[in-house]
Amino acid sequence: MAEAALNRFGSVPAPSSRSWLLWGGAALVGAVIYAASRGGTLPGGLLLAVYALFALLGIALANARSRVLPGFRLSLAVTILMLFLIILIPLSAVFINTAKLSWSQIWEAISAPRAVASYKLSFTASLLAAAVNVVFGLILAWIITRYRFPGRKLVDALIDLPFALPTAVAGIALTALYAPNGWFGSFLEGQLGIKVAFSQLGVLVALTFIGLPFVVRTVQPVLEDLDTEYEEAAASLGASRAQTVWKVVLPALYPALLTGFAMAFARALGEYGSVIFIAGNIPLVSEITPLIIITKLEQYDYAGATAIAAVMLIVSFALLLAINALQVWSSRRTERS
Amino acid sequence: MAGGTASLYARGRETQRGATRDPAWTRRLLIGLGLTFFALFLLAPLALVFTEALRKGWSAYFSALAEPDALSAVRLTLLAAAIAVPVNLVFGIAASWLIAKHRFRGRTLLTTLIDLPFSVSPVIAGLVYVLVFSAQGWLGPWLLDNGYKVIFAVPGIVLATVFVTFPFIARELIPLMESQGTEEEEAAVVLGASGWTTFLKVTLPNVKWGLLYGVILCNARAMGEFGAVSVVSGHIRGLTNTMPLHVEILYNEYQFSAAFAVASLLALLALVTLALKTFVEWRVASARSEGA
Repeated sequence: MAEAALNRFGSVPAPSSRSWLLWGGAALVGAVIYAASRGGTLPGGLLLAVYALFALLGIALANARSRVLPGFRLSLAVTILMLFLIILIPLSAVFINTAKLSWSQIWEAISAPRAVASYKLSFTASLLAAAVNVVFGLILAWIITRYRFPGRKLVDALIDLPFALPTAVAGIALTALYAPNGWFGSFLEGQLGIKVAFSQLGVLVALTFIGLPFVVRTVQPVLEDLDTEYEEAAASLGASRAQTVWKVVLPALYPALLTGFAMAFARALGEYGSVIFIAGNIPLVSEITPLIIITKLEQYDYAGATAIAAVMLIVSFALLLAINALQVWSSRRTERS
Repeated sequence: MAGGTASLYARGRETQRGATRDPAWTRRLLIGLGLTFFALFLLAPLALVFTEALRKGWSAYFSALAEPDALSAVRLTLLAAAIAVPVNLVFGIAASWLIAKHRFRGRTLLTTLIDLPFSVSPVIAGLVYVLVFSAQGWLGPWLLDNGYKVIFAVPGIVLATVFVTFPFIARELIPLMESQGTEEEEAAVVLGASGWTTFLKVTLPNVKWGLLYGVILCNARAMGEFGAVSVVSGHIRGLTNTMPLHVEILYNEYQFSAAFAVASLLALLALVTLALKTFVEWRVASARSEGA
């Protein structure tokens, strides 16, 4: 009863005396897989992954109690089977295959100058693109929710274009726009001498494009729900409009802005299709990390590709955890206010 | 007298507005900035796709689309989506029923795991299947001995598409089903309805718009996926080329008009997706205001 109440009020389940079993079991299975794969038996690694699947299934089924609604076991089995077969076992291949390499092999692959240059570019460009998105995403979310102007609904609908437009199409369109003979390129490059296409700046443009909806779509619902009462209260206490915006409105938006920033950043780190056309892919200058993986695969250097992929996956998982924590924090904040 | 109170009231609202509304110049500045950014970053690429596609006229446009390689790319794209979307539908419904309607240990962990494909680079999504199914991979040698080719063939393309679209429908359904609670379903079960009847007659009508929304988004991503599919495809013309891959090949061969012609089909798909999405959101909003 107490547990049910807890679950209803917070999405984080109450820590229980048996939860260590789940985590301990998962850690044990992981350790065994790691040990077996270092031993060099490939099918052994796979068998263990399947074993892990059944172990988790067993643990989860042991969790089942009599329930009012039917379909718990069926939906659990379908969910866990598909999750493991399609996502988790293939993903574990990256770590299992990396674990089979020696430390010097791993280090050689991930610290090669071209790889290091690509980390720097991917990281910096993603960070800058996410920052640009925070500024313009906030402006766009603000004018869509707070102002009325012709074409507002069209703008609102088209904000999601980067989600819906295939990345390859975005890639060639942006390249054609910023190429030296393109609509923007002929002006930027011919008049101002700023080279966008086939340079690092091109990477920034493409990543800004694909990241834009994240900030707008996380900020927009918060702005819609934000009652103008607080602004009225601030005003009646003598605050100017600027003070109200800086001290009342913006603080309420921080969690959403930060979540949108992190999501845009995470997406930009892994982005491939929209970037490779406009980047020009000059070694050591404008190669992004996903491209390094592709290049290594094309040279049949599977070990090198896998090691770099493992680095990228670890960074993405850390970001995913950070985003989850941010969302919990932001939903708590909204609940409190 | 009446006029006096009205003007007093009006003046009161005026001061209140001054603090809750931005001055006109701020409004104009922000709208100007936002719309300029919107036009430069979103409208211009979209307009460019159609302008470039039609640069050489309609007949060149249609002949680029009627080319056999383009047609086979369209067919493969439709096939991949036709498999990926139903797989996703089964998973999405099972996962959302499990997570939204039941409470169990490991529930939050499972929700995070479902979102995992969103944070994995598409290139890595392709790579993992290469590691499992290629000639040097875990299952590849055995499968090849028995005559099954996965990588550089259609099954690999379908698998990669399923990977990148995996969370779409579950993501839409879980919050929706959660917000509706379990009372209606419990009532149906107590009155003797079977599980399937409860789902089809009670749950499904409640979430149909959300489900449609998920299917639309999943389909758009399935048809447009580039990175993951590019890794596993092998780029064999007429055999393992999807539409986005065909766009890339044409572009790299400097056949710009043909590349943009095929790209314009994908851009149209994106516009239809956005239109349907707006329609569904409008339906959900009107259903909610009716309910309230």
